[in-house]
Amino acid sequence: MDYETVIGLEIHAELSTNTKIYCGCKNEFGGEPNTHVCPVCSGMPGTLPVLNKKVVDYAIKAGLAMNCDITPYGKQDRKNYFYPDLPKAYQISQFDLPVCQHGHIDIEVEGQKRTIGITRIHIEEDAGKLVHDDYGSGSMVDYNRCGVPLIEIVTEPDLRSSEEARVFLDTLKSILEYTEVSDCKMQEGSLRCDVNVSVRPVGQKEFGTRCEMKNVNSFRAAVRAMDYERKRQIEVLEDGGEVVQETRRWDDTRGMSVVLRSKEDAQDYRYFPEPDLVPIVISDEWIEEIRATIPEMPAQRKARYVSEYGLPEYDAFIITASKHMADFFDACVAAGATPKTVANWLMGDILKVMNDKELEEIPFAAADLAKLIALIEGGTISNSAAKKVLDEMFANPHDPEEIVKEKGLVQISDEGAIKALVDEVIAANPQSVADYKAGKGKAMGFLVGQCMKASQGKANPQLINKLLKEALEAL
Amino acid sequence: MAITKEQVLHVAKLARLNLTDEETERLRGDMENIIGFADKLNELDTEGVVPTAHAIPMQNAFREDVVIPSYDREAILQNAPDRDEEAFVVPKVVE
Ligand SMILES: [Zn+2]
Repeated sequence: MDYETVIGLEIHAELSTNTKIYCGCKNEFGGEPNTHVCPVCSGMPGTLPVLNKKVVDYAIKAGLAMNCDITPYGKQDRKNYFYPDLPKAYQISQFDLPVCQHGHIDIEVEGQKRTIGITRIHIEEDAGKLVHDDYGSGSMVDYNRCGVPLIEIVTEPDLRSSEEARVFLDTLKSILEYTEVSDCKMQEGSLRCDVNVSVRPVGQKEFGTRCEMKNVNSFRAAVRAMDYERKRQIEVLEDGGEVVQETRRWDDTRGMSVVLRSKEDAQDYRYFPEPDLVPIVISDEWIEEIRATIPEMPAQRKARYVSEYGLPEYDAFIITASKHMADFFDACVAAGATPKTVANWLMGDILKVMNDKELEEIPFAAADLAKLIALIEGGTISNSAAKKVLDEMFANPHDPEEIVKEKGLVQISDEGAIKALVDEVIAANPQSVADYKAGKGKAMGFLVGQCMKASQGKANPQLINKLLKEALEAL
Repeated sequence: MAITKEQVLHVAKLARLNLTDEETERLRGDMENIIGFADKLNELDTEGVVPTAHAIPMQNAFREDVVIPSYDREAILQNAPDRDEEAFVVPKVVE
């Protein structure tokens, strides 16, 4: 039997505010344990939270960018549970009146447009971090992250494959980056997602029983977890069993999930309105004020790169998917580089090194890439030398002109010097010269290679070609 | 509305409270009274009335996104039942 996968996602994004959601402590990753903590965010009795206005601004901004309705009258609620990373024993979140509802994001999968519903976006506070001591008997608690503002984005169960989910997550990430509401640094946990998966026989209308998967720390892990869960549930059904609704924990190292808790053990959060915080009333003026701050979004920017610069659709998509990459591209073009050439460098060598090194950002300045391109186009260095310069720019970012000097990579374009090389190579390879004379085209390539080698890769290849041809014809 | 002993024990468990039989029975009576009072309110016709989110007629109490210095770590940790130099220490928990 053929099965269809149904996937819904819950994504938590840490907002890039200066301060926490309910107190003035710094919202900053890293930092010595428990140094960004005050009585409010450590849950001391008698303290009162005060909502950071920027958090609401950012939630509205994200909501508008995802085509949501903004809730004119909202409130915050307490979600009660006991865990040591939550000092108050409740998390302030939103239950029935979240800041944003009923949105959607358009994605493109294998050339087809799909619209994925956004059920809601609400604001809430992050919990602290538990550090498990391997040798001691206890766990250490660091409350620096406690009270860091989050938005939770909940999708409709509209995704039908792990590939769709991956494209959706990439698209969502670029929206959050472009609107600058989150820095989306996966390694720092700024973006995390929970995955809901069910399967059903193709053609069946009702959804199958779903399982939720926690602890998915990267998009790659999310895709693996979804594929694993699809396979697991199909196996259960094929064996005549029933999928049991449960929460599972994804173990990426082992490539499998294990049961965390069953439906019966599902936590009863006993949500109730937060009495310490007053309602959030969002006027049309406030919404319009935020709407005016939304920049050109990835889809528009992609269209512009295609129409204005003539980039291929695919290149434009890849470059604009990352705001960092697109800003870098624009800065190179502004510095005078040819857009097409910049795109080729980004799509080729630069992306390759970034993927190999798992870099999220290009470590050197856009102006330096523009300079490197100018060095090639001006004939100062060859393409192969440029690759060496680029390696150095990644390893130890500094001025490419300096690198060219330090490494002695200046291209030899002096006709006299190259003529001498050509004569040397002709004298040393009589057999190849004879082959060339006998009409064997391959011999030319070999001779050019020998000249290049003799110059340690520095000779201008066009000049070698020209001078070698002239010398051979004159023989 | 009648509240059962099981309901009291369920709520107590969620709140991590251990109750004696005597306390359970007393709280059962209290809860019955409280829920009974809420039932009384249900007799009112609230058709078309927006649920009250807050008792005080006030809205949009915000702070600006400006950093103010956090507390000294020593001050934050000083009341902890168990701690090391930099963190609270709790019994080992792994979910
Ligand atoms: Zn604080």
